[in-house]
Amino acid sequence: MKRKGFTVIGILLSCIVCFGALIAVSRLTAPKYHDSLIDGHLTGEYYGETTDHDVLFIGDCEVFEHFSPVTLYNEYGITSYIRGGAQQLAWHSYYMLEDALKTETPKVVVFNVLALKYGEPQSEAYNRLNLDGMRMGAAKLGAIRASMTEGEDAMSYLFPLLRYHDRIGELTREDFTYWFSKGGPVSFKGYVMHTGVDPATEVPQENYDPKLPETSMAWLTEIADLCEENGVALVLIKSPSIYPVWHAEWDEEIAAFAKSRGLRYDNMIAENDLIGIDMTTDTYDQGQHLNVFGAEKLSRWFGAILQSEYGLKDHRGEAAYDADYAALTERYENEKQRLSEGN
Amino acid sequence: MLFPSWAFLLFLAVLVPVYYLVPKRIQWIVLLLANGVFVCFAGILGAVFMAVTVASVYAASRGMDTLFTRQREMLAEMKTTHTKEERKAVRLRLEKKRRLILVACLVLNVGILFALKYGAMLGRLSAGLFGTKPFGQDLALTMGISFYTFSTVGYLLDVYRETIPAERNPLKLALFTSFFPLLVQGPITRFETVGKALQEPHAFDGRRFLSASLRIAWGYWKKLIVADRLLVAVKALCAKPAAYRGDFIFVEMLLYAACLYADFTGGIDITIGVGEMLGVRIEENFLRPYFSKSISEYWRRWHITLGEWFKRYVYYPLSVSKPMRDLSKNTRRFGVGFSRRVPVYLATILVWALTGAWHGSNLTFLVWGILNGVVILLSEEMKPLYARFHQRFPKLSASAFYRGFTVIRTVLLLSSLRILDCYGTVRDAFSSFFSMFTTWNWSAVFRGGIQSLGLSHYDYAIAFCGVLAMFALSMVQRKGAIRPRIIKRGTVFSVCVLLVLIGTILIFGRYGFGFDASQFIYNRF
Repeated sequence: MKRKGFTVIGILLSCIVCFGALIAVSRLTAPKYHDSLIDGHLTGEYYGETTDHDVLFIGDCEVFEHFSPVTLYNEYGITSYIRGGAQQLAWHSYYMLEDALKTETPKVVVFNVLALKYGEPQSEAYNRLNLDGMRMGAAKLGAIRASMTEGEDAMSYLFPLLRYHDRIGELTREDFTYWFSKGGPVSFKGYVMHTGVDPATEVPQENYDPKLPETSMAWLTEIADLCEENGVALVLIKSPSIYPVWHAEWDEEIAAFAKSRGLRYDNMIAENDLIGIDMTTDTYDQGQHLNVFGAEKLSRWFGAILQSEYGLKDHRGEAAYDADYAALTERYENEKQRLSEGN
Repeated sequence: MLFPSWAFLLFLAVLVPVYYLVPKRIQWIVLLLANGVFVCFAGILGAVFMAVTVASVYAASRGMDTLFTRQREMLAEMKTTHTKEERKAVRLRLEKKRRLILVACLVLNVGILFALKYGAMLGRLSAGLFGTKPFGQDLALTMGISFYTFSTVGYLLDVYRETIPAERNPLKLALFTSFFPLLVQGPITRFETVGKALQEPHAFDGRRFLSASLRIAWGYWKKLIVADRLLVAVKALCAKPAAYRGDFIFVEMLLYAACLYADFTGGIDITIGVGEMLGVRIEENFLRPYFSKSISEYWRRWHITLGEWFKRYVYYPLSVSKPMRDLSKNTRRFGVGFSRRVPVYLATILVWALTGAWHGSNLTFLVWGILNGVVILLSEEMKPLYARFHQRFPKLSASAFYRGFTVIRTVLLLSSLRILDCYGTVRDAFSSFFSMFTTWNWSAVFRGGIQSLGLSHYDYAIAFCGVLAMFALSMVQRKGAIRPRIIKRGTVFSVCVLLVLIGTILIFGRYGFGFDASQFIYNRF
């Protein structure tokens, strides 16, 4: 009997040691997204937030590079966060929102509609960038199920070693530096800063289906329903990038959807002059994405709308927010200067 | 359902507990159902072909059995009432009927295998000859058909020879034919051993389960860490026979030897381990083949069950058949030695040609088979020469150096023959092989050459360590099986070994997204 007990304890200890070693290797081989490919760091950074937010942005690079929560706060006292990710597709956005709504209830959710052009999962790499940092739970499982491309398996999202074990042959200093530490944030409440300037040129022509895919429209409906169930106002926007092209037919379809659901829809491409966006100075990659100067202009313009239309409270003067945003603003300005000097 | 897949592991994780939880008398039915699921997973067409095999072999074996029983009864009754000639006539008539049944069943089953294996090739051939549209281009081998056809044909021949009685329950014959671990890459089993073991009740045994898990894990280790890694480089080398020549071919020979060993023995380890987990002992298919000192010894230690099958059902019957005896008699005028050799040599070459043909429809396999036969016969012929050498240099012959030399010689020889396995045409294979002797390009091999084959330095290092581990274990194995020694050291130690195996597979294995879930090489045969 005693011997049996020792055997059981021995087996348990062996399993614990083995499991611990595998977890250590798993952490080592998983991409850190801290010094390189930082888009993958955005999803996980959200969980480090200590304050809640009145506005939550969801969508692809057209939100996380186009809106500055620092500007929104400093100009209007609007607290916001961008739960955006590289090529974050409609179902990614839905589950990011569902995940966020478990811990906070913003007053407004802003969804950028560009990703609706994709009705199918596009690439495993982008799935990983969006989902790796997501906390474990029903939302993550749903997101995995909805996102997998051919050849992928859900197990490898739950146990990253199954996906990244082969990186053991290509580890870098970054992997060891952030092996057991998450490192500081790489974004400014979800905003990724660029200060370079590369003026927009000609927009390439492409073939397109004048109708948006049914799948993505179904996910948009899900997002609208989720917001409605939680008493959150949903705002649909098309960020002012001129490429990828946002076609008139798609615009009409979204406008019709917004109308049918009683939602606000802003196609900001048409408002570029009003916003003050100058695609010769406010983009860092020929009109695809805004640089920090464009993002600040856009945030100023959109902040005014959010405040006037949705009566968002000015939180400036509230100690908790002021402390949080003061530190953020300092880091933001330093980064702006650092990047500008590097250009 | 590939062995290296989550689906298979899940399948096993469900089957094993269910198998031991149900009453023992219905264990075999659970296994039969599991086989059905496994076969259907691979495709309905495969299931249909298997059903045809089971039905035909069952009917034929029962028919032959009935005829034999009737023959015995009739001859017993006729013993006092009929003359010897009359009894002989009855016996011959019934034997002829049995032979007819056997031939019909063989034609059907071997015909299916032949059609699936050679249909597409014959279609292309006829199109080339007659300018017609090639037929049969969609024909392809279904899962395990080469293996279960041989196993069931062996069973049929055993029944015909009255070595074993025919199985009365068709479902039990189906159980033997469809036993799922054997469908991936064999081994070719016998009804009297595996077929019977499958029907027996089995109680759960923790030690056996642990031992089986170790064997399965070691199989996956070899497959995922070594074989699938080296296969990338081997495929890259074989894909461009014009680009990779000279010393690249030597590298290819060595890489393929390691890759095929890890792949085939890894798969068989999983098969045997799964069988053991279910309480079914499956015949060993390897006995440290790369330690062989001659090609004929190698073939006694590599894919043992295929060699045994050919020996039992083709080689022996053929070499003592009447036409062979007649041929031997007719050639006696050329000398006794010659006439004695004729049937043996002919049977050997024929068996090796068939062995080559079994491996694939490509001409390269046929040539490979025949060359193997030729090398074995040449070795036989050179035996007196070797004997004289050993007599002259007894110390050298007994030395470890000479033993090592013979082992390396054998590995190089069999690897040279295997070049035929790597290329699509005999011409490419020979041209590549002989380029080793005309093109000296070691500098190209090591200055970027081997790095261009799809593997990184890290991959080569891991594969090299894997090969070393396999070699070390084979050395240890010479003093006896390893698993009993591990199990003997206690459950905790055994679990630790198992966890280390699983852990290293998870870290160093080639699996998951971005890697092809590679089927076993022998699965295509």
